[in-house]
Amino acid sequence: MSPAILLVLALGLGLAGWLAARARAWAFKRDNSAKRIAALPTYHAWYVALWIVIPVVVFIGLWSVIAPQLVTQAVLAAPAAADLPTFGFQRDAILSDARSVAMGDTVGVFNQAANALVEPYRAAISRYNMIGALCTLVIAFLTGVWAFLRVKPNFTARTRVERAVMVILLLASLVAILTTLGIVVSLVFETVRFFGAVSPIDFLFGTHWGPDPMSNPDNPDGTRYGAIPLFWGTIYIGAIIAMIVAIPLGLMSAIYLTQYASPRTRAWIKPALEVLAGVPTVVYGYFAALTVAPAIRDLAFSVGLTNASNESALAAGLVMGIMIIPFVSSMADDSIAAVPQALRDGSLAMGATTSETIRQVLVPAALPGIVAGIMLAVSRAIGETMIVVMAAGAAANLTGNPLEAMTTVTFQIVAMLTGEGSFDHPATLSAFALGFVLFIVTLGLNFIALSVVKRFREVYD
Amino acid sequence: MTEQAAPTRTDKFEARLKRRYAAERRFKMAGLGAVLFSVGVLLFLLVTMSINGIGGFQRAELSVPIDFTQAGLSAAPAGLSQPSAVQSLQAQGLPQVVEYFAEESLGKAGADQLSDNAWRTVADQIITNPAILRGTEEFSLAASPKLAGGLGGEGSAEMQSLAADLAAQGKLENRLDLGFLTRSDATNSQMVGIWGALKGSILTMLVTLLLAFPIGVMAALYLEEYAPKNRWTDVIEVSINNLAAVPSIIFGLLGLAVFLALFPNMRSAPLIGGMTLALMTMPVIVISGRNAIKAVPQSIRDGALAIGASQVQVVFHHVLPLALPGILTGTIIGMARALGETAPLLMIGMRAFVATPPAGFTSPATVLPVQIFLWSDEIDRGFVERTSAAIIVLLVFLLLMNGIAIYLRNRFEKKW
Repeated sequence: MSPAILLVLALGLGLAGWLAARARAWAFKRDNSAKRIAALPTYHAWYVALWIVIPVVVFIGLWSVIAPQLVTQAVLAAPAAADLPTFGFQRDAILSDARSVAMGDTVGVFNQAANALVEPYRAAISRYNMIGALCTLVIAFLTGVWAFLRVKPNFTARTRVERAVMVILLLASLVAILTTLGIVVSLVFETVRFFGAVSPIDFLFGTHWGPDPMSNPDNPDGTRYGAIPLFWGTIYIGAIIAMIVAIPLGLMSAIYLTQYASPRTRAWIKPALEVLAGVPTVVYGYFAALTVAPAIRDLAFSVGLTNASNESALAAGLVMGIMIIPFVSSMADDSIAAVPQALRDGSLAMGATTSETIRQVLVPAALPGIVAGIMLAVSRAIGETMIVVMAAGAAANLTGNPLEAMTTVTFQIVAMLTGEGSFDHPATLSAFALGFVLFIVTLGLNFIALSVVKRFREVYD
Repeated sequence: MTEQAAPTRTDKFEARLKRRYAAERRFKMAGLGAVLFSVGVLLFLLVTMSINGIGGFQRAELSVPIDFTQAGLSAAPAGLSQPSAVQSLQAQGLPQVVEYFAEESLGKAGADQLSDNAWRTVADQIITNPAILRGTEEFSLAASPKLAGGLGGEGSAEMQSLAADLAAQGKLENRLDLGFLTRSDATNSQMVGIWGALKGSILTMLVTLLLAFPIGVMAALYLEEYAPKNRWTDVIEVSINNLAAVPSIIFGLLGLAVFLALFPNMRSAPLIGGMTLALMTMPVIVISGRNAIKAVPQSIRDGALAIGASQVQVVFHHVLPLALPGILTGTIIGMARALGETAPLLMIGMRAFVATPPAGFTSPATVLPVQIFLWSDEIDRGFVERTSAAIIVLLVFLLLMNGIAIYLRNRFEKKW
């Protein structure tokens, strides 16, 4: 039985407990109709149901992690496993092959050696499934009966249920902290492993990037792990080209929509801009690769630049800029709208035209918000993956020519982790180091942006 | 009385005023231009995708009449499962029958350009309607990618002329290919379909929703209604705001390092993909949920407390139902973003070639955006149109979700 079925079983048992407890509580209520019972029957019901479902769900969660390992151990102990290769890639391949046949995911095996293991696998899986189901039933029964026996007229079920609800809510909000911790710990852990093989100095200041996932993992060539070209490509595409497109267009759109457009126009254009933000990045990437990049190359040819490549930093940057427009525009919109009306009225009353008011009063007053918005936009642009994967190219060029292919941090993360290398190879681990740098930089940008907003917001309050 | 110019309205003033008004007009035009450019790009993108994509819902098909009275095939006994019925027809020589009649009708060169698996289409039709075995039936079978390219005016001159000949005889044409919505990935652009990826997306989204929605709503309730103002609460708030801004690819790294380490057998499973995307979507739900909860007026809480409701009852009986439309709107928008997300799923291995729709939450799968990414890498020109068609399917789903969100917002959200 898979964890999903066990979960349904748990919910069913919970429902049974819920109904039983409610019936019992109602019975109390009928018996001593003169005396009040301490909580509504529903709360007694929830008390029992929670006592059944929560322990069982915790058990299933643990079991679904432990059981596959127990199964593997049981299979390895079987006589048929004796002639497996002792360790390494092939052993894992045979095991997972046998496993997927036993589970019914695939019909045939690639490795003939796996055939012998299918039966032991099947036996072990069904045995541990039985054990899991039995344990589920036993746990549900024990906790359920214990809770059920506590259902008495004077039992304060409501306060207990509410206390449990509070704890559950608190745990749910802790998931965010756990996620953040999980990100930091896993990135730091793998990054430290990477720096065990390649020195941080080589990584952060080297100018040649070309890890070879097939090289000897114990003795990597540190000079091939210089990430400066990646950092430069990321900044050039995400923070320079994209922003040259996005800042003027986004800012001017926001100004037009807030200051000039009639409410009717605004009601139509604003959702359209939001659609621009809602288009998946893979679609932008395809657009960049299929339409924009060839157009740029042809344009470059027609003005006599013959070295233009099919993948260019310019194509990726332009499309990324378009993707960021709505982001810049909505941030600018918010901060311009937050400027007090009195400033605008005062300026207009002095005889300034609308555009003079905007340029000399509104934008300077809204500047902290606009700058913060741009920083957030940059942080989003440098973390953007699909557009650069599909349009920017893989060559780590340290150049200022926007018509050449360039690569970025996110591209290399994808390339290193979807490549051929084993998980322990420094080339693969370098993806985590790059991810760590990306995480720190985006976090820093966000942090600065938020503190800029906070610091300057109160000026007009 | 003669009209005198006011002393301020000198020539210099007039010239300056003219300049200022011209600047005003230019500025306004620049603003309008920016808006029009952005909207124009959006339209251009949608139109390009649609024009390309319409071709993706068609494929080049060859007409092959088959006279079953000569073929001597017998239908499989009723009650046989689909795969074994197809096998029985194969054993009886259906592929050869199809090939023979194709040569009769299209000539040797034309028959060679029939898709390898064309006989399966015939087999499926026989199984659904065995009566056709008693007469002659005209089948419309997929042509090879080469011939399809030839029909589109690409590829070798030989193919182009063959395609032109067959098309002139009315035996080759582009027909609507609804099978695109029901088949799965294949190596042949004429035989691919989107259903496998779509099903993978649906399963993944289901996991994401089941995890992110309850956790997100509960976290929002806690932070907005119960959390004491202390350092812990601040830490929780800061980490939620930060998570909302972390690049999606970082969540992919997390999924790879944590979830795949815990469940090594579930590479490229919707369960892992859904868990990864849930972590990404949860902060969005929390933030929009908190705004919705904040919008519920204090008087409702006070009223409920005044007639003796407990803190938990106030929230679950009154605040949550009133805030739910707003929370749902935010949830749908977060889910729409998750549906279009590609990068984190690449990290956890959902880029495998999966030729059958995933059977469940733990079987290998791919999702729509990843499928688009994989097809966009194919060299065969036939995949260009298929990729655009897949993009149309994805965009239709996103528009649908956003439409529902807007409807919910307009229909149920109250202004207090």
